Amino acid sequence: MSNLSTVAYLISSVLFILSLRGLSHPTSARKGNFLGILGMAIAIGTTIANPGVLSYKEIGIAFVIGGLIGSIIAVRIQMTALPQLVAAFHSLVGLAAVFVAASAYYNPAAFGIGNVGSIPMGSLIEMSIGTAIGAVTFTGSIIAFGKLQGFVSGNPLVFKGQHFLNLLLGLTIIGLIVKFCIDQNPEIFWLIVLASFLIGVLLIVPIGGADMPVIVSMLNSYSGWAACGIGFTLSNNLLIITGALVGSSGAILSYIMCKGMNRSFFNVLLGGFGGEQAASSAGGVKDDRQAKQGNAADAAFIMKNSKSIIIVPGYGMAVAQAQHALREMGDLLKAAGAQVRYAIHPVAGRMPGHMNVLLAEANVPYDEVLELDEINRDFKETDVAFVIGANDVTNPAAKTDKTSAIYGMPILDVENAGQVFFVKRGMASGYAGVQNELFFKDNTLMLFGDAKKVCEDIIKGLEN
Amino acid sequence: MSEMSNQLEYLSYKAQQLADEASQLASTVSETTGGHSDFIIFGITVLVLACFVGYYVVWSVTPALHSPLMGVTNAISSVIIVGALLAAGPIDGTVSKYFGLVAVGLAAVNIFGGFVVTNRMLSMFKKK
Repeated sequence: MSNLSTVAYLISSVLFILSLRGLSHPTSARKGNFLGILGMAIAIGTTIANPGVLSYKEIGIAFVIGGLIGSIIAVRIQMTALPQLVAAFHSLVGLAAVFVAASAYYNPAAFGIGNVGSIPMGSLIEMSIGTAIGAVTFTGSIIAFGKLQGFVSGNPLVFKGQHFLNLLLGLTIIGLIVKFCIDQNPEIFWLIVLASFLIGVLLIVPIGGADMPVIVSMLNSYSGWAACGIGFTLSNNLLIITGALVGSSGAILSYIMCKGMNRSFFNVLLGGFGGEQAASSAGGVKDDRQAKQGNAADAAFIMKNSKSIIIVPGYGMAVAQAQHALREMGDLLKAAGAQVRYAIHPVAGRMPGHMNVLLAEANVPYDEVLELDEINRDFKETDVAFVIGANDVTNPAAKTDKTSAIYGMPILDVENAGQVFFVKRGMASGYAGVQNELFFKDNTLMLFGDAKKVCEDIIKGLEN
Repeated sequence: MSEMSNQLEYLSYKAQQLADEASQLASTVSETTGGHSDFIIFGITVLVLACFVGYYVVWSVTPALHSPLMGVTNAISSVIIVGALLAAGPIDGTVSKYFGLVAVGLAAVNIFGGFVVTNRMLSMFKKK
């Protein structure tokens, strides 16, 4: 590699770092994205200029086809479907890593790592680890995509001996990698790929829908480490730096999500959460208490006469595509003189920051949208808390009931508000399978129905 | 006499050539063997430092922009296209090259998809 291209790769690494730095504030974020694009353009241009790269026409065709597909999908996708889109994209990075590693294995000379059958040990280790991570990312992301899109049931799939099987497979992969490094056999290479594909599937199937934010972040992290592994094979710092950035970003997001649920990463990974408890509560103790039920007209009347309102959106809002109707309702309330703000729990929705994007899509100004620790104190001075499509994240049992599955999870203290409205389709418990005590409080009114429909009815009530 | 001096000249030229070749070979060897194991240590150094940079940069990202963060990281992780391009580069028709071309296509989907969707998200974040 010539010095010039090393410098160019360094510049694009720096641009990638700056592009993430730009996301520290919404005003600098678009510039950040632009710097990322610039960095990528420099990286691609530099590589094309490499004397070993000659098949411009074929590369051009592959690049244009891929680019067109990617752009069309990205332009057309609905914002509510963002989590599954991101999962699908992660799978492509994983698969690309597998292909690059396979290509390096069959033609090591193109990468300057020896010849077929005599690849140095170090490169073999890097190559096989990169392949394994890439393959796990690929199938894991596909399952995550299927669960988010609804192709695969969102319920955790657990069976006996699952963890033992995973352990066995993991050890098999390590054994295969060792064997591959010794005899460089192509069959072993593909066995590593297959075993990694399988473990990717098995790792994700026991994990329930609402834990997907952790999983999507984790796969994001994996795709980074896969790029890192390929970077070592290529002796390329750009790939190592970028891989490390993406890897640590995904890891931090997973950590934030786990913290938002007060669960350890391993607890999430071991899976099965929610499924068993939901089953036991359905067949177990029946709750005979009656929640107070209200209607949209009551809600409109009460909110029209209140000074401050905090809206708590959750995944239910995304499912019902209620964000636009919700914003319209917020506008009418603001016009009536109320202060309207939005409170976002870290694990609301199906990916980190999901709710913020949906509210932004509906033209809610970002300075009205606040995080848990910014707004939690204000509930006690608030007239109305309007919970729409969220459940577990508001359950006071997380603070009081030590036996509860969600004990210790940070929650939004909506119970402290003067009046709580709960927009819900029915009385079913949330993802964690825990009954929400809030439903039976004196100051809670349930508004049953589809989130969007309820908002529209309230809007009608406000307009009259 | 002059013949001998000519021969001598030729021999010295030949010797020079051999020496050049030997040094070239030595440098290739050091690149492929010794040079590479050096890179592992160097690469790990870069990796560890980059993880620290990543740690501080990502913690400074505002939680409201965590979705765009995933979009951008998804796009830049496709920098793996560098490897794909090198693989697809040769003009021959080996299986290795076709693997490379597939990887170029996959990475391109991601690069364009990731940056475009991030741009869409970010363009929606507005102030009052």
